Amino acid sequence: MSTLAERPVNPKVGLEVPHESAPLHVTGAALYTDDLAVRMSGVLTAWPVQAPHAHARVTGLDVAPAYAVEGVVHVLTAADVPGVNDAGIKHDEPLFPDEVMFYGHAVAYVLGENEEAARLGAEAVRVTYEPLPSILTLHEAIEAESFQGHQRTLSRGDAEAGLAGAAHRFSGEVEIGGQEHFYLETHASLAHVDEGGQVFVQSSTQHPSETQEIVAHVLGLASHAVTVQCLRMGGGFGGKEMQPHGFAAVAALGAVLTGRPVRLRLNRTQDLTMSGKRHPFHASWEVGFDADHRLCGLRATLTSDGGWSLDLSEPVLARALCHVDNAYWIPDIEVLGRVAKTHKTSQTAFRGFGGPQGMFVVEDILGRCAPLLGVSAEELRRTNLYLPGQATPYGQPVRHAERLRDIWQILLERSGFAARTAEVEAFNAAHPHTKRGLAITPVKFGISFNLTAFNQAGALVHVYKDGSVLINHGGTEMGQGLHTKMIQVAATALGVPLSAVRLAPTRTDKVPNTSATAASSGADLNGGAIRNACEQIRERLADVAARMLNVHPNDVSFVDGVVTGIGFHDRQIAWADLAQAAYHQRVSLWAAGFYRTEGLHWDAERMQGEPFKYFAYGASVSEVEVDGFTGAYRARRVDIVHDVGDSLSPLIDVGQIEGGFVQGAGWLTLEELRWDTTDGPHRGRLSTQSASTYKLPSFSEMPADFRVHLFERATESGVVYGSKAVGEPPLMLAFSVREALRQAAAAFGPGGVEVDLGSPATPEAVFWAVEAARSGHPEPALAESAASEAYAAGEHSGAVATEHAITESASTPGSPSLAQA
Amino acid sequence: MAVPSTAVPSVVEPTAGAPSVVVNGRERALGEVGGHVTLLDWLRAEGLTGSKEGCAEGECGACAVMVLRPDETSSTAGADGATASTWVSVNACLAPAAALDGQEVLTAEGLGRPDALHPVQREMADRGGSQCGYCTPGFVCSMAAEYYRGDRSPAADGQEPAHEHGPNGFDLHALSGNLCRCTGYRPIRDAAYALGTPVDGDALLTRTRTAAPAARPTRTSSPQGSFVRPGTLVEALGLLAEHPDATLLGGSTDWGVELNLRHSRTGLTVALDRLPELRSLVETDEAFEIGASLTLTEVERRLDGRVPLLAELFPQFASRLIRNAATFGGNLGTASPIGDSMPVLLALDAQVVLASRRCEHRVALADYFTGYRASVRRPDELIKSVIIPKPLAPLVAFHKIAKRRFDDISSVSVAFALTLDSPSTGSGSVVTQARIGLGGVAATPVRARTTEDALVGRPWTPEGAAEAAAALGSEGTPLDDHRASARYRRAMLRQSLLKLVSEQQTDGASR
Repeated sequence: MSTLAERPVNPKVGLEVPHESAPLHVTGAALYTDDLAVRMSGVLTAWPVQAPHAHARVTGLDVAPAYAVEGVVHVLTAADVPGVNDAGIKHDEPLFPDEVMFYGHAVAYVLGENEEAARLGAEAVRVTYEPLPSILTLHEAIEAESFQGHQRTLSRGDAEAGLAGAAHRFSGEVEIGGQEHFYLETHASLAHVDEGGQVFVQSSTQHPSETQEIVAHVLGLASHAVTVQCLRMGGGFGGKEMQPHGFAAVAALGAVLTGRPVRLRLNRTQDLTMSGKRHPFHASWEVGFDADHRLCGLRATLTSDGGWSLDLSEPVLARALCHVDNAYWIPDIEVLGRVAKTHKTSQTAFRGFGGPQGMFVVEDILGRCAPLLGVSAEELRRTNLYLPGQATPYGQPVRHAERLRDIWQILLERSGFAARTAEVEAFNAAHPHTKRGLAITPVKFGISFNLTAFNQAGALVHVYKDGSVLINHGGTEMGQGLHTKMIQVAATALGVPLSAVRLAPTRTDKVPNTSATAASSGADLNGGAIRNACEQIRERLADVAARMLNVHPNDVSFVDGVVTGIGFHDRQIAWADLAQAAYHQRVSLWAAGFYRTEGLHWDAERMQGEPFKYFAYGASVSEVEVDGFTGAYRARRVDIVHDVGDSLSPLIDVGQIEGGFVQGAGWLTLEELRWDTTDGPHRGRLSTQSASTYKLPSFSEMPADFRVHLFERATESGVVYGSKAVGEPPLMLAFSVREALRQAAAAFGPGGVEVDLGSPATPEAVFWAVEAARSGHPEPALAESAASEAYAAGEHSGAVATEHAITESASTPGSPSLAQA
Repeated sequence: MAVPSTAVPSVVEPTAGAPSVVVNGRERALGEVGGHVTLLDWLRAEGLTGSKEGCAEGECGACAVMVLRPDETSSTAGADGATASTWVSVNACLAPAAALDGQEVLTAEGLGRPDALHPVQREMADRGGSQCGYCTPGFVCSMAAEYYRGDRSPAADGQEPAHEHGPNGFDLHALSGNLCRCTGYRPIRDAAYALGTPVDGDALLTRTRTAAPAARPTRTSSPQGSFVRPGTLVEALGLLAEHPDATLLGGSTDWGVELNLRHSRTGLTVALDRLPELRSLVETDEAFEIGASLTLTEVERRLDGRVPLLAELFPQFASRLIRNAATFGGNLGTASPIGDSMPVLLALDAQVVLASRRCEHRVALADYFTGYRASVRRPDELIKSVIIPKPLAPLVAFHKIAKRRFDDISSVSVAFALTLDSPSTGSGSVVTQARIGLGGVAATPVRARTTEDALVGRPWTPEGAAEAAAALGSEGTPLDDHRASARYRRAMLRQSLLKLVSEQQTDGASR
């Protein structure tokens, strides 16, 4: 038996193969949940009745008028629920609420013969509300002390002492914008009841087992009576980890009540107004640097905007706290984390899961402080990178910390950083109205679910008599290429060609009790389980082959569908013949595989332990160009060196890196969620509730020159075939874009001052940063007027650049500028 | 909103057969779709689920399909072997299915099969152009339309490709209306730039050698309302006189959003998009007259740069998918304050030709708008054409302020058309005439009259323009909204003039 990381001869992992569904994608033949409804007859459509209040008590619900609409079949309300009226895991998310908790909250669903009927029926339902006071912004929540869930503190050493001994001290505040997932396929479910009373739900879900559990408890059924299948998703990004459950339960409830299939597909506006997003954060901080610019103390408070219910807010916050350090050694640190409760959608998992918000804090600190310390941002970051032997604030040794500096050095060379820094300076000197910025930032991201129990997976592998292989695992495919990798893993473990392996859709009746496909762990966990199942089968087949070849079973080799004994290549058995022979000898040709990540432990209360199997590392260099007249910018070139271990599938991994990067850049520079925070009639309404108002990156935001390099000789021991997770970490490579924008904005001014940049750094936010830089003051008077105007119009998550300028340190009272002790 | 009425007026002759569309080479009956079933919903109900709904408002392109249209570039159209028609990408979510009656549509399913991929599909699949795959069929259709574009030609050996073009002549803007949330676009660009040229015998290329189907008169009804495509302008005007509450349809890029997002339903939809009388473009010594139902792409190609300010507008107007459907008639009919064509047409001193059964008359565009999405057009009138008088001002620019360069809506837009007394743009010249059109600063598109007056007679220098720039910053009453703050909008008005004069003065040397 080989170790988990070792690769055999001619492995199918590591080959650059396209996505297993690519031919189906490009021909429109790939089916998504709502495509299935067309292929089924008698399907009813469900449509939500959405409340027009941020917070209100439902005082009356008259469904009778809906039944007068032709084609309306049923109106689903709380009275229809045979089990528990709850769509969450914290018992704080009633599926049919009697108290509206956010603008757009669905209080009932109408089932119609078609979409038109269901929609008109929903418009006809008469709901009366008693409006209640609402809390919308993080400022309002902090002021009102509206918090939910646990508050946790991550600490090491003595932050106060660390700060007191610092040569340079700064403090500040920052507001970090949220992000809409904007998977191209909105939430969709399709449910029917089969002849045995089994409820069969097809759902666009990252977490079929939990969808199954929620559907079962809403229906009052045991889990074995509910099967959930997910063919594939048109994107997930974390948005389909928790949020699909309630929608699936509505479809299932409708199917049970009417005996007909029910589809529920949210349109884009419903999806935007009903489902959770990336948590906005507020952070206040105090930081200290020693005389050599090393971080010596950090004290911070992070407040996330959890929305109306807890959902995954607590683990998201835990991951944020565990990533405040990013790639930097901070000896004395104390970070308090808390979750605000607001009358908004319930914020949820989103690629990075709090990690990006945590890292934002330290990257923002370093970017703002570098000019005040009189050091380049590159040098300040490099100075503070972890060294081998150091541990994170939560006590986990930073294994392979040397890779951070290796990656840094390789990237500086590959990107021509020094020469291009000079070029940028020359360009800026020659161009008064256009400036360029060049920045480098690192990523260190912990891999594994913080909650240790989730780090397990199952698989089911069948070998048929003709040698063909069918694999099934608990992970879901949302475009990340998990299924492609799993086919490669199975083909490698069995020693058969890729064409011998087929993958069947994810179903809860094939592999039970699965974890969400999340935390970047899909390939690690399910790959481990598939490999385990394949090795069980291969061991049994080795016995059969050994008898046929007259060698010891340990000396049987499986390569490309040919089975031989070591050194006896004159005799070989075709894989299919071996399968046939095994069948006749009554040897089992199928196996269930299981995997649990070893060596993890986590004390969630103390925030100490080793929650991660390993860290994924990377770094990126971005060059941007900013138009001083408008604040508009372009990404001229991006270089990335990223550590995926030994890649299971390089084309897939590069796709994850590039896609994650652009998505991260979207979060940091473009995508802006705005709610109506006035006291007007639409208080709480999401004003960016369509594709025309919520802008994700388009072709024009793609870096013109985009170069990704996979860190070489990067075998990760203890992970399937030496690979590393890749789903989330690259998103955080995008900080280099934000930092490059900061540098370009600074170049419009005299330099030496801190440049604050709104989040997201939209062209407008960059323009105000440019204006501030030109004026040579970090907090010009115009910022105040900007803030007041912006707030008059609605919540403004940072488009005004200098709203939260660094404030003076307590040690130098009265000083109008930044304090240096 | 129109009063629902499902009566089909008698002036339209019944068509030869029931309404139908040729999809992927096979004729399919449209059925009783009326005016509110979109092409996307109809295709999906037919089982062609490759086309997806991502946003239902023409922003994301997941629904993109191809339609065969007359080719606008070839003067020899129809001649032996020459291109007579062209595959055009459009958003299926915006067009009523009925508008495709008699037309030929191609979807990703018709382009190739999993075991027999089309070259576009092969490149997309092999290069990692799809991840979740949901946006992919739409990308494939936009890409294939560009693949078959008759005047796409590779850069000559040793020549740098044109800006945002591949070495194979592929114009990246062909994909500007398609959004992908997974890939970050690089592999899609590489797939597009790796495409070769369609080979002889390629069935879809061969199809472009013969004419696209002519528009035919159409009528269809559903419980929600009727759709009528009159055959002639006279019929259309008659219909309008009888049914002044009818919804007039150009490219349906705005009405489609009303249908899908605001669930507007109308008793009668009258499609003007293929009326021959509204589809001409004529240049005389005095003016350009542009038919109201020509798509912006058609106008762009027929003008071929002859109106430089329009040439600057087109690449910034929404996306290729939208420009392939949207018309000046529709833009003016909607009269939105943030439509990008209006500031440009204002700066060009355009006139609108309005026609009714009783008369035809011209209105200066500056006098056309009366309020938010309101105009002087009477209910029985339709917009026949837009007239752009000559001579054209020599110094023009269009500044669009938006979050994205591609596929976005303006927070502010400014169109300049200036004349200087000296033909050179040297520091000696003085502004003799100025027209500035603004979008996004008031309930209607407006002329910046105060600024224009402040510019005329002043030297064309940053100093000379400073006062006018301040005036420009005070034009209109910009609002705070989700696109931008009022303060930013005002700053951008001011900055736009400073940017123009700065770039003009230095000829771009120190930008």
